[in-house]
This record gives sequence, structure tokens and C-alpha cells, in this order.
Amino acid sequence: MSEELNPREGVIHPEVRAPSDESERGPDGRRLQHAEAASKPIRADAPREPQPRGAKIKGNRPIDQGEAAERFLAAPLHQKAHDERLWDVRKKRDAAAHGIPEWEELREIASQIKAHTLTHLDDYLAQFEAAAKANGVHVHWAEDGAAHNRIVLDILQKHGAKSLVKSKSMLTEECGFRHFMAAHDIDIIETDLGERIQQLDEEEPSHVVMPAVHKTRLDVADVFARTLGTDPDNDDAHYLAESQRETTRPLILKADAGLTGCNFAIAETGTVVTCTNEGNADLSGNVPPLQIHSIGIEKIIPKVEHLGVFIRLLSRSALGSPITQYTSHFRAPRAGTEMHMVLVDNGRSERLGMEEFWTSLKCIRCGACMNTCPVYRRSGGLSYGATYSGPIGLIIDPTFNKRKYSTLPFSSTMNGSCTNVCPVKINIHEQIFAWRKVLAEEHQIPLLKQGMMKAAGAVLSRPAAYRAAISTADSALRALPRFAVYNPANTWGKKREMPHAPRQSFHAWYRQNRMNKDGQS
Amino acid sequence: MSAREAIFARLKANRPAGDYPLPAVPDFAPLVGDDLVAEFTERLARMGGRVERAGSPADPFAPVRSRLAGAAVIASAVPEYSGNRDLRAAQRPQDMADVDVAIVRARFGVAETGSVLFTESDLIVNSVAYLAQHLIVLLDPADLLANIQAAYKRPEFGQSAYAVLHTGPSATADIEGVLIHGAQGVRSLTVLLLRRTAPGPI
Amino acid sequence: MRIGLFVPCYVDAFEPEVGIATLELLERFGLDVEYPFDQTCCGQPMTNTGCHAEAAATEALFVKNFSGFDYVVAPSGSCVHQVREHLTAIPQTDEVKAVRAKTFELVEFLHDVLKIEALPWAAFPHKVAYHSNCNALRGIGHARPSELNRPYFSKPLNLLRKVKGLEIVDLARPDECCGFGGTFSVFEPAVSAKMGYDKVTDQARAGADYVVSADSSCLMHQKGCAERLGVPLKYIHIAQVLNGAAS
Repeated sequence: MSEELNPREGVIHPEVRAPSDESERGPDGRRLQHAEAASKPIRADAPREPQPRGAKIKGNRPIDQGEAAERFLAAPLHQKAHDERLWDVRKKRDAAAHGIPEWEELREIASQIKAHTLTHLDDYLAQFEAAAKANGVHVHWAEDGAAHNRIVLDILQKHGAKSLVKSKSMLTEECGFRHFMAAHDIDIIETDLGERIQQLDEEEPSHVVMPAVHKTRLDVADVFARTLGTDPDNDDAHYLAESQRETTRPLILKADAGLTGCNFAIAETGTVVTCTNEGNADLSGNVPPLQIHSIGIEKIIPKVEHLGVFIRLLSRSALGSPITQYTSHFRAPRAGTEMHMVLVDNGRSERLGMEEFWTSLKCIRCGACMNTCPVYRRSGGLSYGATYSGPIGLIIDPTFNKRKYSTLPFSSTMNGSCTNVCPVKINIHEQIFAWRKVLAEEHQIPLLKQGMMKAAGAVLSRPAAYRAAISTADSALRALPRFAVYNPANTWGKKREMPHAPRQSFHAWYRQNRMNKDGQS
Repeated sequence: MSAREAIFARLKANRPAGDYPLPAVPDFAPLVGDDLVAEFTERLARMGGRVERAGSPADPFAPVRSRLAGAAVIASAVPEYSGNRDLRAAQRPQDMADVDVAIVRARFGVAETGSVLFTESDLIVNSVAYLAQHLIVLLDPADLLANIQAAYKRPEFGQSAYAVLHTGPSATADIEGVLIHGAQGVRSLTVLLLRRTAPGPI
Repeated sequence: MRIGLFVPCYVDAFEPEVGIATLELLERFGLDVEYPFDQTCCGQPMTNTGCHAEAAATEALFVKNFSGFDYVVAPSGSCVHQVREHLTAIPQTDEVKAVRAKTFELVEFLHDVLKIEALPWAAFPHKVAYHSNCNALRGIGHARPSELNRPYFSKPLNLLRKVKGLEIVDLARPDECCGFGGTFSVFEPAVSAKMGYDKVTDQARAGADYVVSADSSCLMHQKGCAERLGVPLKYIHIAQVLNGAAS
């Protein structure tokens, strides 16, 4: 490419590196691995492959995660890049965790702090509210997502605000915040790069920490060419990121309001803590004249000193990095401006009453369970058709809508690695197991599936019927996969060879070799 | 019933059974050696930042001279250096948009992570630490703490309207894991080790 | 010591040699091993799918068959995990609790109960990739999973190191689930098979001749995937290797 044709010229800051130079390196020339950086190049090769889209949403009908996953797998370039990228993050996480001798003890302490706080949540919320008010903060309470959106709209309208820059917040995703505000003619601008990509592509985030991790650079180049007017043939990551910076910066400067999510809310001081790598929460909180923080009520921790536990766990679990680039503590408004905090329930107080599932409220949204999940890595986050994907999604989503998300707890092999990487020790795979029971009991699983299990139970509880089932015709072998799983479609055989037929079952061998004619062993 | 009352009523009604005491957090042994400057330097480098020792007493800013020389607008929040943009005269946070280099002093540094802490009084205008293209941070080596746990025992978190730990520059790898500095905030962060009192060699 | 041998349904029907090897291996240590003739299944297919009520009669039958033994031993991590952790659809009488507590997976029985020191009859001069069944690994504690910061140990590898000539090769993703997942393998066949393909590819890349595991269900799935991919790997249960299978 000749210099004259290089669209980087004039568009991007002169200090940005040349296209041939990839990830940032340290002074010793070693590839830097902080933030969500990959430890090695993970480049989805040309030719272009259309980006697989997420689950088909059909009102309240149960999500077909398997169908969406199959389409993701049918895009092998995307699937491979996604799997390798997230596995790389999982390995970085392992290295970080193994670098701290007290790691498992920290997880236990974090889990206990969360259990304590959640079982005293009314007290700590009251303490937080009092501290925030004493700091000059306006405190609001929202029972659900719709109330949150109305409260924020009301604040904006009182200030005549028409545009709002925000940092990434899973809570606002839960609330459908962007869609609501669009309907009220408020311009919402996401400022996290990944979230911005997703907003411009009109797609939900696919991962709680890396919202666009399912996209390749080619997909991003397409989105930016369409929405920001960049060169569609330039897929250099620096060019794309810089283009986003240059186009978002003016929007940040002229925004009427800024909003952030919240990683931790400290009861004793009334502080909202955000952890970001881009500094976009700090831009959102420090540049516009009006400042809003949306807080899920489960984000409370008692004291500042407890951050000494959670901050050590969060980024190491999420990215394998010792800390995020920015750990920001917003306590009181800047001189001459207003600071609002909206405390949102949206189902959390109900979940607290669910004996088997309330500990899912401990979640600090690090995404470690997603990165380790072999199903998630091969399905993509959008295949779950819900705000929360991956293992934590499987146990949280049904609390929002038991029918729509009734299928999700079955999108797991229950291998248990999610539980082991969880920094607050949520027993995720056991809750997946428990959800299956609840859903079966409440008849939220397909009738066919339940019918098959009833038939299986009837056969497996009667030795004679069981023997008959597996010894008919040409022995058990052709029948058994179907028998064992009661699956009329033989989905086993589509992608795998059937097991080979042994000469006889163990049972028959035992009878022949170890028993006399009287049937005694 | 107000939303607040309704939420509190549900929280009380749904409180899980059982006793869940708040655990004591032990003081964990720092994972860094005694040479905090060396540890801090190495760890900040791995987070994309840079550490320089101050130059001679006559020219403590020598190590960052080229950065400063190339800057049209320099906003300084420290008495050791006079920039050409007066932070105290700023009317709006947006006024920092054209700053090339900001110079600020950190309250303290954290060796375990390579972090530095600022409060609103250190920054004078908070936005300068994000809207500037580059950040130069003065840090007294005596202000280095061993680890994050020690940091969270400091009073700044309970007293400041705004307190922030910076660990290297703004970064993203949201596109295929390619690490890029200067995602939205500063493109570089350089810590200049310079004592708080009169300038001089360390 | 009276041992009840539990041969899970998959082993019974597809891998009878695994049941035979388990029986013979236990007998080599002079144990009195009985095979209750009316046994069927542990109930896992139903509970795995959430259908606990539908599993109750099968669970009751399991307890009836295996009550009264000093130990119940099975060559399957996932079935033992089911019995120990999830056999809860029937009232938890003392008899039920006793059977659940006494049920052991073969590797842990050899390693922790018998504390065996040598397997002089066992030789397996091959490169072996070991596959950790997830329930065995994380459910019943066969080994330290790679994601935990705890001291390393591995019971199956401790046993395999006693086998002459056997060489362990390392996988790039040693603890990654192979995608069998019980009924997951048929309800989500695309993801399940892809996980299996990736697992098989990892094993082949590591230079293995054989894949050894303590669970026949994972092996059956992986073998089916390897055959479909045309990868010439051989799959064998750890009971057979420890019992002196030649190859």
C-alpha cells in the first residue's frame, strides 16, 4: 500500500504505530499482556466469513442455544479465533492465580464477605445511602429496569440533557437502557471500545468483559466502515481503534451527561468503584456536567479495606492482569455539578430468597467462568440470547424469565471448571444441576425430554426390562445409544461413529464364565 | 409504598437463613522484595508504563525532555514545572481537550501492581488525566507502598471526592486481543521519580 | 473385605472388557468381589436431565443391589459421582447413606483404600495421553485441576507410573472437558462433537498412541470422534492398562 493511499494518514494520530506492528511491547521488546491483551497473535485469517449472529429471539419462547451454537460452529474462522482467544485469557488467569500463594484463601474471604453482605444487605444499603447523601449525592431507588430508565430520563430532562456518554454496565444492558433512551430521543454513546463496536452493530455484548470478543477484526472493519466511514479494506487493529477514539472524543466533549456502572459500592463511604482499562468510566464521570452512576444493589461491600481483597481478585480472574489500568473511586460530586446514584433491584431481592440460588448474587462480573467454559468458547455469547451468557448466565437468566431461559441450564456439560475459577466461589455447576431439577419439576423442560426420562427410569429400574432392552436383535449395540439417551433422532451418529459391537455384554460374559448352571457365582 | 420501602421489605423477608459473619482480612505478606523502586519499575513496565529517575537537580525533567519539547500545550499541576496551561484557571473539564502533556504528582505508588494514586486535589481538574495525550507523573520513592492491601488502608479513599489508581496508560485489546495504548485516555504514562521537597537527585 | 462390583450400563453393553479387567484386577489383590446380578444403572441419565422423580426407582434398585458390602467399586468417575453426590431422589435412610458413602471409583479405591504399591504384571510400552473425566477430576478429586492454586497431585497418574514402559504425554489443554457430558452429547450434538474433535486433535498433536481414562463414556465419545476424523488413536480404560493389557 502506498503512503498516499494509506487512509491512516490524516485520520489517526501520528504517534500510532505502523500497521505492520501489532500488539504493544515493553521497553525490553517483550510483548505486553496487560489489559485484555492476547499473549500471542490471534488473527482470524481471510477470506472473509460472515459473522454468525446470535440466538433467534421469539418473544417468550425458550431460547434454542444449540441452534445458535451450531451456526457459530459453522463459521470456523470465528469459532477458532473465539476459542483460542478465550482459552488464552483462561491461561493468563491461571498464571496470575498461581502467582499468589494466598489465592485460594482470598477467594474464600471474598466469598465470605459477599455472603455476609448479602445476608445483611438492607443494613449495608441503608449505610451506603446515608453516606452518599452526606457526601452530597442524590440517591434514587429503582425496583426494576423500567424504573431505572425512567429515573435516569427524569434526571436528564430536568437538566435539559440530550446526550449521554456511558461506560460499560451490564446492569444497563439488563434494563434495556439504550433502547429506552433511543425512544425518548436521548443520544446514548458507549465509550468502551468493545461496547461501542456492539452498539454501532446494533448487537448486544457477547461477553461481560470483552463485549465484541466474538468479532474478528474484519467484522469490526465492516462495522466501522458502515458507521464511522473508515476504509473497509483496512483491518489494522490500531487504525480501527484510533478511528473510534477520534470519532468518540468529540461526543464525549459535548455530552450533556455521563453515566457509569459500578463494580463495587462501599457502604462505609458511599463510594462507587469502577474498574476499566480504557479510562472511559473516568471520562464519563469527569467530563460532562452531570454525573450518574447505576448500581445493582448486590454490588455493596462493607468497607474500603475489602477492596484490598476484591481488586486483587477481579482483574486477575477476568484477564490475568494484576489490576485494571484504572481503578476509580467516585465518592462526591465535583464542585458545581450534580452526582446521582441509582440503586437498582431488578429481581435481586427476589433471588435473595431462593435457597439454592441466592449465592449467584455474589458475582463480580469478571467473566472467568465464560473464558473457562468449553461450551461458551464454542458457542459464542450471543447464542444464549440473554444479557448474561456462559455459566453465570445459565444460573442468573432463569431468575429473570423461567420460561424463556428454561433451556439454558442444559447448555453445559457441568464439568465444574467454572466453579473453580470463580473468584467468589459461586458453586456454578451445582446451581446448573439444581436449576435442571427445578425446571423439570415445574415442567419447563420439553415434554419429549421428560417423557424420554420417564421411559428410561422405567426400564432402568427393572432388571428384566433392562436386559431385554439391550439384548434384543443384534445385541445391545445398535439399540443402546438410543436406549441410553432415548433420542429418536440419533444425534449421536451424525457427527460421531457408533460404538462397535462387542461379542457379548459383561453381564452375559459373567453368566458364562463365572456362574455355574444353577446361577450361583 | 416507595420503591425504597418495597426493596427493603423484600430484602428483609428474603434474608437467607444462617449465620454469615464478616471475616477478618489478614495482612498478607507482600509479594514484592524490599527494593520497592525496582519492583514498581518492573511491574509498571509490564502494564505499559515507564519509570524514569529524575535528572540532575538543575534539570530533573531531563528524562522526559523530548516529550515536553514536542508538546504544544502542557498542563502542570505541580510546582516543579510550569506549563503553559493554567489548570486553576480552567472553566470546564472540556478545556483540557487540547492538552498534549499533563504533569501531575501521585499521592503514592503501589509496587505490587505499578499503580499510582491521584485525588481531585492532585489533578486540580480531573479530566486532564484522561483528555491529555500523555501523562507525566511525579512520584517520591518514599511514597511507594508494597501492595494494594496497604493502599486501601490509606485515608484518601474515605476523604476524597475522587480517587483513582492509574496503572499504565489507557489500554484496549477489544479487537482480536491486539494491545493498543490510548484507547480513550492517555497514550502514555511516564513516572518520574522525584522527591516532594526541593528538586534533587534521588 | 466384601466388594460389590458395579458395572455401569455403558460398560456392560459396549465395553465388557473394562468390567472384566476391573473384576480381575480387584481379584489380583485377593479381594472377594461379587457382581450383584440384578444391577442396571446409577440413575445419572435422569438426574443429569433434572428428572429426579424419574430416577427414584432406579436409585432404589441400586441401593438394594449394593447394600451390605464393605465397598462398592465401579470403573467410572461419573457414575460414582452420581451415587455419592446426587443419589437423592429416594429417602436418605441409613442404608442409602451407607451405600453412597462406601461407593468408590476404581482409581481412588486402589490409590486411597488399597494403597497399592506395585503392579508387577502391568506393562504398556506406549505413549499415553491421560484423559481426566470431569466428574472424576473435580467431583471426586482424582487430581488437582489446573485452575486451582493447590499442591499438584494425580491419583491416576500415580498408578500409571507403576506400569512398565508407559510414557505420559502432555496435552495442551489437560483438563478441558471432551464434550460428552451425559445427555448433553445428544441434546447439544454440535457443540459436543466439536469439543470431542478438539480433544482428539489435542491428543494426536501431543504424540499419543493411546488415550487412557477412568471413564468409558468419555472414551466412547472420543473414540467415535477420532474415527469420524480418521485419527488413528486408540482408546483404552485405565482398568485394562492396570490389569496388564498388552495393547
